[in-house]
Amino acid sequence: MTKDDFWQGVRGGFPVMLSASPFGALFGALAIENGFSVFDAVFMSMTLYAGASQMVGIELFGNKVQPWLIVLSVFAVNFRHILYSASIAKHIRHFSGLQKFFAFFLLVDPQYAETEKRAERGEPVTFAWYLGFAMIIYIPWQMTTLLGAIFGQLIGDPHAIGLDVLLPIYFMGLVLGFRKRNNWLSVVAVSSLASVAAIHFVGSPWHVSIGAVAGIVVAACMPLEAQDAQSGAREEEV
Amino acid sequence: MDSAEHLQLIYVILAAAAATFLTRIGGYVLIMQMKRIPPRMEAALNAVPAAVLSTLVAPAFFSGDLDVAAAMLVALAVGLRFSSLWMLLAGWLAVMAIRHFVI
Repeated sequence: MTKDDFWQGVRGGFPVMLSASPFGALFGALAIENGFSVFDAVFMSMTLYAGASQMVGIELFGNKVQPWLIVLSVFAVNFRHILYSASIAKHIRHFSGLQKFFAFFLLVDPQYAETEKRAERGEPVTFAWYLGFAMIIYIPWQMTTLLGAIFGQLIGDPHAIGLDVLLPIYFMGLVLGFRKRNNWLSVVAVSSLASVAAIHFVGSPWHVSIGAVAGIVVAACMPLEAQDAQSGAREEEV
Repeated sequence: MDSAEHLQLIYVILAAAAATFLTRIGGYVLIMQMKRIPPRMEAALNAVPAAVLSTLVAPAFFSGDLDVAAAMLVALAVGLRFSSLWMLLAGWLAVMAIRHFVI
């Protein structure tokens, strides 16, 4: 039974692994580009295991941003996980303490989404299933990071082969992914303008925190009734 | 990178990993404490990822490299319809085309 659950998880996670693999390799190559060693890149994939924030981390490290701000930015990008762990709590209540520890460590976006879906279908969220789903993503993530990093060391001039545009486009894709959220356009517009202004008037590392705070403050100050109306409209669209 | 810098990087990675783990267990801990998140705080939390990530996109677009800006526009157009893998491919093809044929 447990074994079946594990392999069911592995099969479920397989397509996720396939679509994450290019990003693992991209992370490895760009980490080298931003001054990481091969070891650092794999070490980061193993301990953080959070693709988007790993990209943010190497980008800021490459720009010589202060360490505390790198850690804070990684925290900010991963902040959504707080909502995941809050909402997943009811499905994994039966896990032991140690199982919960691993479950939360491995709680990436697709893991969250699939756990919610599985619970909604009324199928049991067993630890074996959870671990199977997680391992088919976690282990290849390390391997593709390693391959990307080794390949990254062989690249001469990143500008000549167009590697320098990949990070901003990757981040733009993530921004687009949130476009169904309340206040999205206002937040993106204000954060973008504030960050560009901050680069000119304050200087490079600070534009991240200044721009982010500007957008967050705008979201917090937006009229709440309007948001309710928006979210109602949004649900109708879906 | 000298060895002191390298050691610092290892510390940064470990601190970032600890911060990430905090976000992954934080909601579980909070939900045990709090019944409901205030609506304005929820609106602010909702805005965090888009706000942070925008600050990594806009400066690259306005940096003055027109080839990068053009590639980002192409990727944006593709990204409105297709997944981020296609965005990366389209943007990369655009910048390579500009660099090898136009400039």
